[in-house]
Amino acid sequence: MIISFRLNGQEQKLDVKGTERALDVLREQCGLTGPKEGCGTGECGACAVWIDGVTKLSCLLLAAQLDGRDVTTIEGLADDQPHPVQAALAERGGIQCGYCTPGIAMAATELLTRQARPDRDMIRKALSGNLCRCTAYHKIIDAVEDAAQRLREED
Amino acid sequence: MSVQMPEDINALWATIADLPEAMLMAGGTDLLVRLRAQGKTTPDIICLENVRELQSITESKGTIRIGAVTTLADLHQNELIRDKLPLLHHAASRFASPLIRNMATIGGNVCTASPAGDTLPALHVMEASVELVSAQGTRTMPVEKFIQGPGRTAMKQGEIMAALHVPVPKGFTIHHFEKVGQRQALAIAMVSLAALVALQDGVITEARLAWGSVGPTVIRDRDVEKGLAGGKLTLTTLRKAAEHARKTVSPISDVRASADYRRQVAGNLLLRLATL
Repeated sequence: MIISFRLNGQEQKLDVKGTERALDVLREQCGLTGPKEGCGTGECGACAVWIDGVTKLSCLLLAAQLDGRDVTTIEGLADDQPHPVQAALAERGGIQCGYCTPGIAMAATELLTRQARPDRDMIRKALSGNLCRCTAYHKIIDAVEDAAQRLREED
Repeated sequence: MSVQMPEDINALWATIADLPEAMLMAGGTDLLVRLRAQGKTTPDIICLENVRELQSITESKGTIRIGAVTTLADLHQNELIRDKLPLLHHAASRFASPLIRNMATIGGNVCTASPAGDTLPALHVMEASVELVSAQGTRTMPVEKFIQGPGRTAMKQGEIMAALHVPVPKGFTIHHFEKVGQRQALAIAMVSLAALVALQDGVITEARLAWGSVGPTVIRDRDVEKGLAGGKLTLTTLRKAAEHARKTVSPISDVRASADYRRQVAGNLLLRLATL
């Protein structure tokens, strides 16, 4: 079937197979390898993307569900410079192997669009669907606090 | 093998008539995991998320109608639910993870009929009903009757669940839900308890109690409920009720917890009511 959607600001028209997953279409057909397959069952968050601005798991979305939607992946989070969340994750050491980082950046950035001044508990809860096996989370939470402050200063 | 995404109820009936064997999918967070694990050829899928008649939350005459494809995140953020159905609001906050809550739906949670479904104990004590619709007509049925066993419901071929009808609980002092899992997020409940308790001068006038994950379906124990009525809300009263409840529940041992542990905790969760 033919689906049309906006992907990182660009109109896309793709021919997808019946029950192909959104994750596979984004990675294989669109060449966007930011979203990762971790568990493939919705428990790790590595495949997270925004659908109409809401963070969803692309491993549990059918490609057909992208039709008519506005899709943002980590590649579309910022233009030239890294988004403040990406910059803070790098600078604060909230990243080691990097596999979970795109999903974490999407979930954290969505939180900061709703909540300019989240406390650590709110950040923990917002990221509770994203697993990281390297960092033990403290530095990720430091980074999101830091990014929140940068975003407030930008405004 | 195809995916259909009808946008209104008439288009849905036409699609179901064309593809009577197709599977219905709401949020997909259970179904797609299960289909993938089975590894067989994927069947035709009819995705309900765009069907507009299944989407809204409205109130009329003391009952709140929740469209079946309302996501857990929308449910949690909805003001009507927060103000009038605090049990469901709280249960939604303990459901899976924020990312899954952005996709999973309340209709899916009910129709999946898992004994551990996080919204089910709350729906049982509030005596919610399901609205079942087919091309021929509509019928409603209490959730307690609709869910018949693990993964089994009274839904007939050609029917869909359109909505839940939840009577707004009146006169209850305590609206309590507690889920015990191995961790805070992404945990399948080992035991959960939803409770509505009405009090007058410290004396219980009515109690409704439903446990999740300790039987093939949610267990509502009316004997324990009746036994509580007339008693003071004290640890002594609750200990007696807890002892009784541990006998009523029929948990299994699995990878998450042993039956003995679940039985013990099912009773212990009642004791919490004295500390609220």
